[in-house]
Amino acid sequence: MAGGVLVLAEARRGELREVSLELLALGRELADSAGLELRAALVDSEPERFVGQLAATGLTEVLLVRAPTAHFEAHVWEQALAAMIEQERPSLVLLGQTIDSLGFAAAVAARLGLGFASDVTGARFIDGALYVTRGAYGEKLIAELAFPDRECTLLTVRAGIFAAAPVDGSRPPVREVSLELADASATEHLGFVEVAESDVDITKAEFLLSIGRGVEDAENIPRFERLAERLGATLSVSRPLVDAGWMPAARQVGQSGKTVRPRVYLAMGISGAVQHLAGMRQADLIIAVNSDPEAPIFSVAHYGAVADMFEVADALEALLD
Amino acid sequence: MKILVCVKQVASLDEEFELGGDGLSVDPEFVEWELNEWDSFALEAALRLREQIGASGDEVVVATVGAEVAEDGLLGCLARGADRAVRVWDESLASADVLVVARVLAAVARREQPDLVLCGVQSSDAVNGATGTALAGLLALRRVAVVKRIEPEPEGRALVVERELEGGLLERLRVKLPALLTVQTGIFEPRYATLRAIKQAREKPLERLGPGELGLSPEELSGHAGARLVALRPPERGEGAQLLDGSADRIAARILELVRERVG
Repeated sequence: MAGGVLVLAEARRGELREVSLELLALGRELADSAGLELRAALVDSEPERFVGQLAATGLTEVLLVRAPTAHFEAHVWEQALAAMIEQERPSLVLLGQTIDSLGFAAAVAARLGLGFASDVTGARFIDGALYVTRGAYGEKLIAELAFPDRECTLLTVRAGIFAAAPVDGSRPPVREVSLELADASATEHLGFVEVAESDVDITKAEFLLSIGRGVEDAENIPRFERLAERLGATLSVSRPLVDAGWMPAARQVGQSGKTVRPRVYLAMGISGAVQHLAGMRQADLIIAVNSDPEAPIFSVAHYGAVADMFEVADALEALLD
Repeated sequence: MKILVCVKQVASLDEEFELGGDGLSVDPEFVEWELNEWDSFALEAALRLREQIGASGDEVVVATVGAEVAEDGLLGCLARGADRAVRVWDESLASADVLVVARVLAAVARREQPDLVLCGVQSSDAVNGATGTALAGLLALRRVAVVKRIEPEPEGRALVVERELEGGLLERLRVKLPALLTVQTGIFEPRYATLRAIKQAREKPLERLGPGELGLSPEELSGHAGARLVALRPPERGEGAQLLDGSADRIAARILELVRERVG
């Protein structure tokens, strides 16, 4: 397949992850624009179970690699991807910027001397040369990157940016790639730990009042709990409040917390780190209050107020009296 | 146990800023520098592990690839309890990308021969999430990324760790040493340095090296860059948020109106 586009799909505990189809959509667009073939690959203990779900139009092949471990293992995946790149010689490899990828993608790029960019939000070919965009200086700027003289470039692509490719039941040819992975595992899986369930399920709430670092102190949280109650909202939080031990993880919105889709998301004192936006950008109505006019939350909000969250909270309470 | 903690001084931009003459960086006048938040947690994890294991001969070394502005961050680490610091820099590293930085850190690690390397999961300015894992790849070191909990086994030859997956799920793993972990925020509460320790930090060893002293040539390093920066521009602000302005009272009234339209 020398010169094609290779998408590495991702599954966890027997389920294909949505980002896989987003990667296929981007891969399709890039492959078409440069006249390249598109292949999907999947590493898993039983990779064949996902073939039906990867059946997007126009795939030249689905490559299956049988993993010796029941679950994702970073060193096995590193070895599998490196071997696949050396054997199949793709010119472009797409992975998700996911927690699993964070454990091996950069290792493959460094070891094989590939072109590499992470957390990519846009990619295109211009006259046969690849250009990608990603955030810089904490998303205050967009960087455009090129990969001169690279035979192969590996990109980890931000999840939730590209619409998932439609799966149409086409039957792409399947090829099992056999690789020497038996001794690759270097960690021992001891089990999964679920975050303690709580009586509140923020994913079911129609209206979330969400607070972040702007609250400054644990002592300020009760007043927002009261405000949420009076508004008829459920209180959720961004990561720093959970890290500080002020709020339980069950209340956390974002990549490592819950993905929410309420009818109204009122964000106060949340700047909007990428990982947070990933968990709330699909809310029907997003209203953001933040004192920093440059806060990234305003880029996804429908309504925004550059204001002090405490003053707005006071005013809301006064109106509810 | 010897622990190497890789840290970075990150850039945060003023509200208003301008690009430098090359158009590929921000004018330093508008940049403030601080220790990367994730690295602060990595250092804390190293200090706690040392306290927990408590064997003699234990050492916590911090290393960075960065210009002189990075020394503030290193001094902060020394004040909080690191034993010594290494800063690698020369002008050839000014445009170093994540793979080049990993290559320099790999040279430091080969010299230091640590039992454990700790890195932050990502930096707040570049948000690659790649330095630690690239470093592990170059050193052929066992690694676990995005670690939220670390427990040393009694003999100190392995760690039981939990890595944080999406959606609030954790995976528990056992990894033998030597190893590299990328550390997530919130793993422990980072300590503050006492005033006395801040003064004493200046007495601790801070070594300044050029890449040449680690056996790295500029050509070799630039040849290993993953990408070349060709342009830097402000993000396209799609529709953007519709602005609610006026007093806090007026903003609150509009918010209440919008909310009531949607959720009654």
